[in-house]
Amino acid sequence: AARRGCALWRRAGRPALGPFPRGRSAVACNVGGGAVPAGKSGLAPWIPVVGLEIHAQISSNTKLFSGSQVQFAAPPNSLVSFFDASLPGTLPVLNRRCVEAAVMTGLALNCSINKKSLFDRKHYFYADLPAGYQITQQRVPIAVNGSLSYSLCIDNKMSQMVTKTVRIKQIQLEQDSGKSLHDDTRSQTLVDLNRAGVGLMEVVMEPDMCCGEEAAAAVRELQLILQTLGSSQAVMAEGQLRVDANVSVHHPGEPYGVRTEVKNINSIRFLAKAIDYEIQRQIEELENGGTILNETRAFDSKLGCTVPMRDKEGKQDYRFMPEPNLPPLILYDAKSLPANMNHQQVINIDWIHERLPDLPSVKREKLVEQYGILPEHSFTLLNEDGLAEFFESVVKQTQMKPKKVIGWILNDLLSYLKQHSLTVKESPVSSFLLAGLLNLLEKKEISSTAAKQVLAELWKGEGKTPLEIVKEQKLELLQDQKELEQICQAVIDGQENEVIMMLLE
Amino acid sequence: QKVSVEVLDHLEHLALVDFRDSEGVERLHKAIQFADQLCEVNTDGVEPMDSVLEDRWCLYLREDDVTEGNCTKELLENAREKVEEYFVAPPGNIPLPKLEERETFLQSS
Repeated sequence: AARRGCALWRRAGRPALGPFPRGRSAVACNVGGGAVPAGKSGLAPWIPVVGLEIHAQISSNTKLFSGSQVQFAAPPNSLVSFFDASLPGTLPVLNRRCVEAAVMTGLALNCSINKKSLFDRKHYFYADLPAGYQITQQRVPIAVNGSLSYSLCIDNKMSQMVTKTVRIKQIQLEQDSGKSLHDDTRSQTLVDLNRAGVGLMEVVMEPDMCCGEEAAAAVRELQLILQTLGSSQAVMAEGQLRVDANVSVHHPGEPYGVRTEVKNINSIRFLAKAIDYEIQRQIEELENGGTILNETRAFDSKLGCTVPMRDKEGKQDYRFMPEPNLPPLILYDAKSLPANMNHQQVINIDWIHERLPDLPSVKREKLVEQYGILPEHSFTLLNEDGLAEFFESVVKQTQMKPKKVIGWILNDLLSYLKQHSLTVKESPVSSFLLAGLLNLLEKKEISSTAAKQVLAELWKGEGKTPLEIVKEQKLELLQDQKELEQICQAVIDGQENEVIMMLLE
Repeated sequence: QKVSVEVLDHLEHLALVDFRDSEGVERLHKAIQFADQLCEVNTDGVEPMDSVLEDRWCLYLREDDVTEGNCTKELLENAREKVEEYFVAPPGNIPLPKLEERETFLQSS
């Protein structure tokens, strides 16, 4: 039976290796071209190859083929219809919203949308798959041949970013399975079918990546795109975005090596770790004369390593067959739109294309162009939920130039929020208050040191305005020339000896 | 052409079907023979048909409204065993034992 990366999966046996193998071979992703890492002295370099299979749960009210509600953490088996439970005599009925979500995603990823796509059955036995098969799109999926561009910092410096592209092989619609909770003490599995039948978009990426960092950046960008489109909320922690990595290594000029599949990765950070560990493991294994098995491995986040997942069944044979209960899915565009059809039954690709929101890359460009900020700033703004909107709101309410405002947003505001694990929405300092403070600074009524002091006071969220705090703590800058001269003279007069010493040096 | 013992064993594992005796296997051979008649038709340049309706009908699309679910009690009535509101299943797949370890007539073939 297929082993999937369920977070509650239990592992068989102890891990074969401890955390990071000793004597790591250097694997540096050559950002200029492909990855050509340095092997141990005297040995040929290795090229790691990384491909990703990503399952994104579609954001919809109901499931892909039934009218059951989609909701996280509901009472077990409360969101299950007779069809989801695979009772005889039930039939799948396709959810229009799920198709639209897949089309939007395909368009955003530069794919060709197949105007005719087909559904198939993929057979395997498992307790959380009551029908004994999953309805998927194996022969002709809804979207093919796209691309995803993402950016990486070179050498961990934000100032040097490079853009890379990964090809999208296809996007297909398929059903999610239920959830299994393993109860080892009583030697049984508890099955909850709430998730069974929820719509998924499987995004298959070609093996164009070479390390954990690239994979993590690609997934992060995909996550932002999905969230912008609204086709998936893509929260990895809630299982709305699941990533499996296919990893292999080979010498330059030689054919691709045997690949392993790594599952059970629960965050973007762990994705990078798991891939880098697996690359190292494979290199070590091969350099020590061993071989790589074409197996599925699970990532153990506590130990930071990958371990084999027990698979007694050998190679899977899914016996794909066309889903007999579903005719082909036909999509239309402006040219092929049928004249006499009920418009609720028609999905127009062009109509959807016209209504796509600005994707993250476009939003970033606009921010850079409109406000004169650096590209890397635009990345940080979009990376934090609500931060770009906060920045724009402050800019609207202050005379301070956006190039200066950005410093306050990224250095002061963001670091405070990070320190206290707050989201932008939870910030005790509103854009109105921050703008007020920056205005005082801009009008030279306070110094920038004083401004930081006021900000520190504003964080307390006691409801005081910046002006009130300035008055309270007497932080106003003196503007009067005469008064300033008097103060300086008084200081010099009071410190005659020190002044003479200074002049003599 | 006879289907090999390895393939029959593979099918029994995949589909959990039990050929039971030589009559069962013979039935399989007859079914394959019957289906093989399809190969007598020349289909060069002809696209496979997915549906007898061809281009006339597109798949019915349902609105995204909640209309089902909320029948936990009814569903669990079918379960032989349950724990709170979960279905109970064995700890993992229990695969069919290997050919050598099973008592099946396939061994003697």
